Amino acid sequence: MIKKDIIFALSARSVRLHFLRSVLAALGIVIGVVAIASIGMMGANMTLSVTEELSDMANKLTITAYSGGGGGMMGGPGGGGGSSDDDNVLTEKQFKDIERIVAKYGTAYTVRSESDRIEVGSETGRATIYGLDPDIIREILTVEVGEYPKSTTSVVVGPTLAERLDLKVGSKIDIGDPDEGSTTTVRVVGILEERGMTMDLSTDMAIVGTDKLFTGIYGGEGEYDQVNVVVDDITNIDAVTAEIEDTLNKKEDEVTVQDSSRMTESITATVSTMTTFVMAIAGISLLVAAVSIFNVMMMSVNERVREIGILRSIGTQRPEILRMFIYEATIIGIVGAVIGAIASLIIGYVVVLGMVGTTEYFFAAGSLIYVPMAMVIGAAICIVTGVYPAWQASNLDPIGALRAE
Amino acid sequence: MSSPVIELEDVMKIYPLPSGDVTALSGISLTINEGEFVAIMGPSGSGKSTLLNQIGCLDRPTSGNLFLAGKNTREMDDRELTSLRLSSIGYIFQKFNLIPLLSAYENVEYPYIMKHRKNDDTGRVRDLLAQVGIDEGLSAHKPSELSGGQQQRIAIARALVNDPAILLCDEPTGNLDSKTSLQIMEILEDLHRRGRTLIMVTHNPETADYADRTITIRDGRVA
Repeated sequence: MIKKDIIFALSARSVRLHFLRSVLAALGIVIGVVAIASIGMMGANMTLSVTEELSDMANKLTITAYSGGGGGMMGGPGGGGGSSDDDNVLTEKQFKDIERIVAKYGTAYTVRSESDRIEVGSETGRATIYGLDPDIIREILTVEVGEYPKSTTSVVVGPTLAERLDLKVGSKIDIGDPDEGSTTTVRVVGILEERGMTMDLSTDMAIVGTDKLFTGIYGGEGEYDQVNVVVDDITNIDAVTAEIEDTLNKKEDEVTVQDSSRMTESITATVSTMTTFVMAIAGISLLVAAVSIFNVMMMSVNERVREIGILRSIGTQRPEILRMFIYEATIIGIVGAVIGAIASLIIGYVVVLGMVGTTEYFFAAGSLIYVPMAMVIGAAICIVTGVYPAWQASNLDPIGALRAE
Repeated sequence: MSSPVIELEDVMKIYPLPSGDVTALSGISLTINEGEFVAIMGPSGSGKSTLLNQIGCLDRPTSGNLFLAGKNTREMDDRELTSLRLSSIGYIFQKFNLIPLLSAYENVEYPYIMKHRKNDDTGRVRDLLAQVGIDEGLSAHKPSELSGGQQQRIAIARALVNDPAILLCDEPTGNLDSKTSLQIMEILEDLHRRGRTLIMVTHNPETADYADRTITIRDGRVA
């Protein structure tokens, strides 16, 4: 059918006759499609990778001392127990309450953490130091090389930190700032497996030792920075959250319970807001492309006024003239969109690899959907832009058009 | 006795211009019968081309009526007039007016496709091209690759492809040398002999001699 369509043949030949001009107009669409598709894919990959990592933690809760609202209630009556000058800590009593509630659903464990200066040989840096129960370390962390820490001088380190400071089993780390007091030297007995982005413990860039080691350095017996809960049956997660909040926050807000879904929601929302915003900026390139195509189409109509006059005089209907110019814009749009789609797969892959760090989710439907989406937007903009010039062409008066030189 | 195919009743054409209205045709009435060969003569600006454009339904009269095969064109909308141009009128222009993007063959086939919504599978296009002396080798060429005489032959073949009742020629030999002009006029005369109605605008008396009847237009009126 298309083969027989002489109107389409005329459009295609016109595009071919002004090849360079048409290619330049299509290039605008290519750039627009690539921009929209790759940014969309980048956002989708970010969200997918974060969601995937966090979904592994769907059965975990982190509980921290409530820090919002009132503030500055030094020595307040509800503080309970031996709360020291550090405001945001959980007390032994609070932990016991949590442990009692969680007992029927799973396990709860305490986490102490501090960010401190460390020194390895001549290199210095900062790292998070975790103090955990030795049995908990064994239960929740996986050592890739070496063994689990047993004594108060042995630690395991995260893979990123190990790589950055060239730490191996047997390496020595000095924790603490020598200017502010004494330092503690510990020995690396194991390197942990990579855990990625997590909510409970971020061990990739951290040093993990026993709780005795931690209190030896920083003190704080009976105080915890965080309590982590692992629920055996994921369907109980809401019930556990509710029960902890009901019990501990009865009189006033004492603790904040966070589950991974809240974090996923907030990260997804942030990423999608950012992606939409950047995509809108990328959309401006399509607007520029639209102006360029409009210009090309107006030029094409003006150059072919006489031809339009001939076509009309020998019996071509107005809708057919309209169709001829819409086809021309469509050819430019579709060619631009297809080249743009191919280019955005390549450029998008590179962008995702660079910005997200993994292309694991690149071929997921949620990511690839941006390619046809950008194609449709690009081609549609092209066709819409062609409507006015085409309408103008179809409304030319045959006599006036025939007289044009 | 042949019947009238074209009837003009007091046709006026006024062009409104900022400097004042220009009357191109001021009340023309005439009848042209089927099979007639009529030449329209007159000095430049007398309104002869305007008259041909009215008959060819490329333009509408300001007032008066134009009947083609008994139908009043005044009552037709743009779509109907365009259909009439496609099926019932063949136009031959001074400047040939072929479509530059189409080959000679496609130029002739174009009105056929527009009318029948399919390519010509009857061999009519090839026959017509052969009749006007364009061989198969030339028919694949674009108009820009052909001489003026060849282009006008193709234009004649195009005008005939839908077997129109009326053939309108606007200075058909105006852009051609005398030898080629003679050949083109012979083709037109042959068409007339076969019963086609021809109306030709010319300012060349020798060309006008081929016609059965000459109408002279002066200042927008039949003189």
